[in-house]
Amino acid sequence: MPPTPRERRGDGGVTSGLRCLLVDLFEYQARDVLASHGVPVLPGGVAETPEQAEAIAREIGQQVVVKAQVKTGGRGKAGGVKLAADADEARARAQDILGLDIKGHITHKVMVAQASDIAEEYYFSYLLDRSNRTFLAMASKEGGMEIEQLAVERPEALARIPVDASVGVDAKKAAEIVDAAGFPAEVRDQVIAIAVQLWDVFSKEDATLVEVNPLAKAPDGTVLALDAKVTLDENAGFRQPGHTALEDTAAADPLEARAKEKDLNYVKLDGAVGIIGNGAGLVMSTLDVVAYAGEEFGGVKPANFLDIGGGASAEVMANGLEIILSDPAVKSVFVNVFGGITSCDAVANGIVSALGILGDEATKPLVVRLDGNNVEEGRRILAEANHPLVTVVDTMDGAARRAAELAA
Amino acid sequence: MSIFLNENSKVIVQGMTGSEGSKHTQRMLASGTAIVGGVNPRKAGTSVDFDGASVPVFGGVAEAMKETGADVSVIFVPPPFAKAAAIEAVDAQIGLAVVITEGIPVHDSTYVWAHAQGGATRIIGPNCPGLISPGRSNAGIIPANITKQGKIGLVSKSGTLTYQMMYELRDIGFSTAVGIGGDPVIGTTHIDCLQAFQDDPETEAIVMIGEIGGDAEERAADFIKANVTKPVVGYVAGFTAPEGKTMGHAGAIVSGSAGTAAAKQEALEAAGVKVGKTPSEAARLMRELVGA
Repeated sequence: MPPTPRERRGDGGVTSGLRCLLVDLFEYQARDVLASHGVPVLPGGVAETPEQAEAIAREIGQQVVVKAQVKTGGRGKAGGVKLAADADEARARAQDILGLDIKGHITHKVMVAQASDIAEEYYFSYLLDRSNRTFLAMASKEGGMEIEQLAVERPEALARIPVDASVGVDAKKAAEIVDAAGFPAEVRDQVIAIAVQLWDVFSKEDATLVEVNPLAKAPDGTVLALDAKVTLDENAGFRQPGHTALEDTAAADPLEARAKEKDLNYVKLDGAVGIIGNGAGLVMSTLDVVAYAGEEFGGVKPANFLDIGGGASAEVMANGLEIILSDPAVKSVFVNVFGGITSCDAVANGIVSALGILGDEATKPLVVRLDGNNVEEGRRILAEANHPLVTVVDTMDGAARRAAELAA
Repeated sequence: MSIFLNENSKVIVQGMTGSEGSKHTQRMLASGTAIVGGVNPRKAGTSVDFDGASVPVFGGVAEAMKETGADVSVIFVPPPFAKAAAIEAVDAQIGLAVVITEGIPVHDSTYVWAHAQGGATRIIGPNCPGLISPGRSNAGIIPANITKQGKIGLVSKSGTLTYQMMYELRDIGFSTAVGIGGDPVIGTTHIDCLQAFQDDPETEAIVMIGEIGGDAEERAADFIKANVTKPVVGYVAGFTAPEGKTMGHAGAIVSGSAGTAAAKQEALEAAGVKVGKTPSEAARLMRELVGA
């Protein structure tokens, strides 16, 4: 089979911070995913206009709650969650909430769901326990509040049960979790059934987090998932074709969106030194070294993260440079490549032909640092090309300093 | 000595006939590694020629071990099939399985880790460059021509920072450099490598490279304080990295650490580790320590 784009890019990256390949879902998406695995949720839908919100509320035909769909906490306090008695009021509340800025997240969608009276609130989650290299179930009969707060104030109220990834959660394991958390007898069987369904979501959807808070008991005794957070693992995309549709393309920075189209691992930051490097760790380090050098020049900072991976072909280099040079905030560019698998002459040729391809579009100074495989030939190629915008500096720290100085 | 990999290591390659697998098998052979076989059920019984070296292809890991005495497997199998490949290596009880493959779903890595518990196999990776004991053996994709055999041990989450640090200290040389990978779930940790370097008489000093995310560095710092008497120099990447899409609040409860680069640096320094602000500064600190 042909290698995936990520394999082709060599040893670039995954995980936390800039190695991130996790997708957080909106609440309405999480609700749909839960519902598709049989987890009980309240009727509702998502709206992008007040009219759509009104139509959903009319269909529900009773009191509804209108909730801002943003990937941050504190929606209620910011005015992003409102009750509406009928469809007309739902339209008005959606009008209020759409466009609302909640901690820098603009609300583009609202979820309209049947409002439920709540008798009791519980908590349930599955997540990856990275430190212990296992999965973990966390459950509490005291839900609703922020879970970190509960974990700090009343740790004994939060049961934490490891789940063996090679075994999973069946009814027996679910009962162990539910009993450890001390759920009331009258909801025990319902919560066990939901715990098995949530495991189904966690395992079959390749999630790294499935968190229901609150898991609520309605006055009639029915247990429902009222709000949920789901995080999916993008690495599992090859077996989760449905997940592409769940990605939030609207929220992406325009430069990030263009970079993604070109299959570049690019993240926009707020500084003035454009960064291109190979390997996630080296590029992360490059950002730090530039920020460190930039302290001397009044706090110059990196403008982006861009990992072009092991290959560093002329085309990838040109695509990367094109993105970075089109960022108006960029005043200088630092190309930092260690020729491990790729040799530096290929990288140097990539830079020269990239500048050729870009022509007059390339207007900002480039500081290039090459080390490793065939470095003398790489530096010779750059020296011979003698491009007016290119400065070659031998060390990473020295090059970072020069790039910061040029951007100051 | 070296750790995990030495001149007697007999290495097989799962996925040897693929494009990445064959490219790097060639490179491993060129650097003197004893590559004794490849594994591909569809090409069992054939052999592959690498510049005159004929390497037999076996149908499975167990068979390859039986026929060749292999004790190390390097896995280049693409993500959809990597879980099965790693499980096969574990079930065959090979001593060391080095998973180079990038982009393996975390559910698969976690499954493989759970499956390997109590078994005979040390797993390195996934999503790692592998390990090299310069001048002896090279299991993975680390360039063999950067440096030579020497007295520094290196453990790193990042591939290119591994190469960079080897290059900075190339005149001193390395006993073994291990790229453990940056995925959330990995087989061999900083701590495993620190323990092995502490026990290895050839290793005189250790460089440890970490990065933002998780709490592995904090745990390593605790381990160093209690168990490592050899000098350790650290470097942590990710001070200016933006907050990633993390696992939300629940994840932070579990790890008990903010996972920031600053928290990691602080923990390491509190354990007596000298931490460089840049890779080059870390290399300078190492030079001062070993007097070279």
